[in-house]
Amino acid sequence: MNIKLKIWRQPNAKSKGRFETYPLNDVSSDMSFLEMLDYLNNNLIKDGKEPVAFEHDCREGICGSCGMYISGRPHGPQHKTTTCELHMREFKDGDTITVEPWRAASFPVIKDLIVDRSAFDKIMQAGGFITINAGAAQDANAILVPKKNADEAFDSATCIGCGACVAACKNTSAMLFIAAKVTHLALFPQGKIEAEQRVKSMVAKMDELGFGGCTNTRACEAECPKGISISNIAKLNREFFVAKLKE
Amino acid sequence: MSKLNSKIPDGPLADKWTKHKAALKLVNPANKSKLDIIVIGTGLGGSSSASSLGELGYNVKVFSYQDSPRRAHSVAAQGGINAAKNYKNDNDSVYRLFYDMIKGGDFRAREANVYRAAEVSNLVIDHYTALGVPFARDYGGTIDNRSFGGVQVSRTFYAKGQTGQQCLVGAYSALTRQIKAGTVTMYPLRELMDIVVVDGKARGIITRNMLTGEVERHSAHAVVLATGGYGTIYYLSTLALNSNASAAWKAHRKGALFANPSFVQIHPTSIPVLNSYQSKLTLMSESLRNDGRVWVPKQQKDPRKPNDIPEEERDYYLERRYPAFGNLVPRDVASRAAKERCDAGFGVGSTGLSVYLDFRDAIKKKGKKAIENSYGNLFDMYEKISGESPYETPMRIYPAGHYTMGGLWVDYNLMTTVPGLYAVGESNFSDHGANRLGASSLMQCSGDGYFILPYTITDYLADDIRTPRIQTNLPEFEKAEKEAKDRINKLLSINGKETATSFHKRLGKIMWDYCGMVRNEEGLKKALVLIKELEDEFWKNLKVTGTNEELNQELEKAGRVADFFELGKLLCLDALNRKESCGAHFREESQTDTGEAKRNDDHYSYVAAWEYKGEGQEPELHKEELRFEFVKLQERSYK
Ligand SMILES: Cc1cc2nc3c(=O)[nH]c(=O)nc-3n(C[C@H](O)[C@H](O)[C@H](O)COP(=O)(O)OP(=O)(O)OC[C@H]3O[C@@H](n4cnc5c(N)ncnc54)[C@H](O)[C@@H]3O)c2cc1C
Ligand code: SF4
Ligand code: FES
Repeated sequence: MNIKLKIWRQPNAKSKGRFETYPLNDVSSDMSFLEMLDYLNNNLIKDGKEPVAFEHDCREGICGSCGMYISGRPHGPQHKTTTCELHMREFKDGDTITVEPWRAASFPVIKDLIVDRSAFDKIMQAGGFITINAGAAQDANAILVPKKNADEAFDSATCIGCGACVAACKNTSAMLFIAAKVTHLALFPQGKIEAEQRVKSMVAKMDELGFGGCTNTRACEAECPKGISISNIAKLNREFFVAKLKE
Repeated sequence: MSKLNSKIPDGPLADKWTKHKAALKLVNPANKSKLDIIVIGTGLGGSSSASSLGELGYNVKVFSYQDSPRRAHSVAAQGGINAAKNYKNDNDSVYRLFYDMIKGGDFRAREANVYRAAEVSNLVIDHYTALGVPFARDYGGTIDNRSFGGVQVSRTFYAKGQTGQQCLVGAYSALTRQIKAGTVTMYPLRELMDIVVVDGKARGIITRNMLTGEVERHSAHAVVLATGGYGTIYYLSTLALNSNASAAWKAHRKGALFANPSFVQIHPTSIPVLNSYQSKLTLMSESLRNDGRVWVPKQQKDPRKPNDIPEEERDYYLERRYPAFGNLVPRDVASRAAKERCDAGFGVGSTGLSVYLDFRDAIKKKGKKAIENSYGNLFDMYEKISGESPYETPMRIYPAGHYTMGGLWVDYNLMTTVPGLYAVGESNFSDHGANRLGASSLMQCSGDGYFILPYTITDYLADDIRTPRIQTNLPEFEKAEKEAKDRINKLLSINGKETATSFHKRLGKIMWDYCGMVRNEEGLKKALVLIKELEDEFWKNLKVTGTNEELNQELEKAGRVADFFELGKLLCLDALNRKESCGAHFREESQTDTGEAKRNDDHYSYVAAWEYKGEGQEPELHKEELRFEFVKLQERSYK
């Protein structure tokens, strides 16, 4: 098929970016979206032009590298699918596809489609862990966890840190990302011990880093490629109020 | 032969590690913070090393080319992580796990190392559980296990099909805690350019800041490589695309011996190539073979749809050739059998390079719901990529490069032949022999980093407590920095016509055709010539856009491909030298009457460790004889 791409080009953090239009012919419907970009880049290089920079690594939906806005939606049109898992059979001959980086003040653009997501690492450093040193653990089965809790914790823990939730949110809130971590850890007995401190520190860090607050628009849930439920945010709020009340 | 002192302690197998630990020196807490350690890599090997060394109080600096430690390739592991807990009461034990790994590796690994990996496996599971890794659980709240990779016990811990991601996020959280505590400093988006050796010891590294292009110097008392495997040498593989061999290769050029480079595992069940721009082969977990049946039509180039081919016209070739193990034969055997059928013209799909993995009978027997519960996420992934539903039509699969058993040679302390330079995880060679069993890599990476390296590196550093911080203005740093810059300039100044990716694809094809699943003398010799020609062409006709002083992905790729040429030649040399078949290394000249791999223990029961001798020079082979004191060498049979 033949398509037209409108892609955000920005040489570096300091420069102003703009859209460039590239027609691309003979795209195979078996290509993944990123393979289509590889193909475009190959053509650009042949023509002596700069290829489009984008982040990627695993190309199977698990490392969280490949975030980008595709025709107005984080990770594109397919539900619960990362950009790298998206395939060109989701598009039609003659389509115009707009591709841009995440838009959020806390995720500044580095180049073209690549943004700086180190704010997520900083939020994790604020408390996204259980304090235990290697060697200090007891036998794994000494901690019993009801299957229901373990399954729920797993669902929350499937977050890949891609940032689509932030990009989807009109307030650029990181609430879904934080809530997933807070919920995951609070569902384990060993994670409960630091739960109050954890939720307070992570939320405070989010505010400090300039992410917006949550006003329950649910855009994050709709665009999260891993289907992280907004019920995590309700759980976070509960944890947060309990922690605050005790202050 | 003095180069290879494996430092394996004597005594009974089960006592070796305990005895060895007792003899290792310690460093007192006050001195630890004065000692710097560099760790390169944040996969399970690197994250575990860095966090546990930070917890001990060392001053740790960690480097990775991803933007966040959580994105390291370990994140992609699907099936599980082994441990000898015997939670299922099926008579598992440290010894059994050890034995399965030794046999699975076709008797080409060191007994002592493998035993130790099995021994510390239980501690790894305890630690991950304490960190909040959501392993699958049973109704009573205990942890569940499954069987994996054709072994007879259920010892695999898993978190649905994302065990790697869950373990890595756990390991990352521990690393994160140390970063906050200030014991660990993280340097993301850095590409390792060289290892700096001062007075014979590894004392630092040269990196390229991938955002600015700045070439930087970093020093330490010791350096740990946790840089993963080099399966991407085939271009198409199941690995994350940016995985590369450069870090290990730089270490090799600086004196670290490279062991068994040709031992590469080809995984039998990956989604086949579907288009000419394909960049990656997605793994379909080994667990699928518990329920799926592998077949091809009995008629060559059968044009019918799979569901229209009647039962009697299907060749379930694994069940036919290996009645005892059937579809559950080890990875190397299953891969070769698929290649054999496709080469003989029975392959399916438009390219003829795939076979069916069919769930029809399992769905009939167990119901669609049960199959969905077990494999739902994999089926969805398959459908997204291929556009076909495995509930309705058989999956198409083909083997793909997956894991490298070969790697930097290390002694029992995980130290390479360069003093002060360590290698952990997939980057070393030590625990998997000629073939790795499923779910044993995550276990090894984590065991290395949490429970082995912290002890052995401390022993080394105990002699360094009076060595002040290493200065980065030493001539060795200056020289290494200059070489790194020269090389970048060289890559940028060729100004040819062909992209690094295009060269990588061409190299990958040579490697796959001549040094992949099946090797022979003629092919390997031919590959050596072809690689050399391609390498010469690369240095004349490479095109890299942009400059050094910016984020430049073409430049990153070019540097990695340049190293792959050199490593590719070593793979072929190693495969050529080993005139036996063992595990994943299949030499056509060494097979039984029925086409199975034939080992030659009299001549090849050794680790082949190669020494770099300089640009354009033949590397020198050093042999570490493998001694089997505790197990009897046997022929692997799955019939
Ligand atoms: C699809 C797939 C599924 C798998 N499933 C399983 C499984 O179920 N069970 C199992 O046990 N094993 C599995 N494996 C194997 C296992 O995942 C890997 O062997 C293991 O994760 C390797 O971990 P590592 O820490 O050694 O390296 P990696 O996780 O590969 O990490 C390498 C690190 O080194 C850094 N690095 C590398 N080169 C450089 C450089 N030049 N400069 C700077 N930094 C560098 C990277 O940034 C990264 O942080 C699977 C492998 C694949 C491909
Ligand atoms: S919550 Fe979902 S959208 Fe947000 S970072 Fe995690 S996986 Fe991405
Ligand atoms: S490249 Fe890893 S999630 Fe897309």
